[in-house]
Amino acid sequence: MIQLFAFYLFATIVIASAAMVIFARNPVHSVMWLILAFFNAAGLMLLAGAEFIAMLLIIVYVGAVAVLFLFVVMMLDIDFAELRAGFVRYLPLGALVAVILAAELVFALGAWSAGGIDLAARAAPATPDKSNIQQIGELLYTRYIFLFEAAGIVLLVAMIGAIVLTHRTRGGVRPQKIADQVRRRPQDATRLVDPGVGQGMEL
Amino acid sequence: MIGIGHYLAVSAVLFTLGVLGIFINRKNIIVILMAIELILLSVNINLVAFSGALNDLVGQVFAMFVLTVAAGEAAIGLAILVIYFRGRGTIAVDDANRMKG
Repeated sequence: MIQLFAFYLFATIVIASAAMVIFARNPVHSVMWLILAFFNAAGLMLLAGAEFIAMLLIIVYVGAVAVLFLFVVMMLDIDFAELRAGFVRYLPLGALVAVILAAELVFALGAWSAGGIDLAARAAPATPDKSNIQQIGELLYTRYIFLFEAAGIVLLVAMIGAIVLTHRTRGGVRPQKIADQVRRRPQDATRLVDPGVGQGMEL
Repeated sequence: MIGIGHYLAVSAVLFTLGVLGIFINRKNIIVILMAIELILLSVNINLVAFSGALNDLVGQVFAMFVLTVAAGEAAIGLAILVIYFRGRGTIAVDDANRMKG
């Protein structure tokens, strides 16, 4: 009973905040609604019994992706009012596509619940005597080890790509050259002179 | 245990909202990227729901890979957005025709 209540609470908030993400006037508000949606989606996954994925969702999405969005939205000086100009114009087409898509998804759901698809044996059945994270770890580091490393390479490539794309060398600045400073010796930089009386200075 | 149909309905609504968001915010690439995140989130909910209902852990493992791809995609997309803004001073993408594709 409490599970069902929690499910409907999370599901309602996730859908409402997803709607606010796409309808909000200010993209900063969009990011905030996105964070709320991620939190509640994590709650949904918790109810489905996937504790590790739920925590991962909060760490990765809220902690990294949403903050990244927030940084970019706040860093760039964008005229958001101008960007919303075509909002009403695109709404009918978007609504049409959305309705078609929703109908197709309902059909797919009906086909699935009608028992059209017969599933083979479980690939990795969950056992109740181990914790969720332990079972995922065992699966991830044995059967899916290459996929796991490929995911690591995807992240590495994304990181290098983002750095290469946004890095720029600015001209006209004089950075500190530490090697030159360290290499400098007293005999190169100073000289001892012995001027005679009345010499060495000009009045 | 909540029936899988409930999860699938939530995920379908979320997916539809994501697609609608791409259509109605066609100029604002930041919101388009957020809508893509919503779509990937709905896919994740689907994977996890089936994983729970069928008592099979592979769905959760693949949800993790979807999460990885979503994070990488957000990073690259926002990096492209930043250099696009630097070059043009706007992020209106409906007239992005610099590459004449």
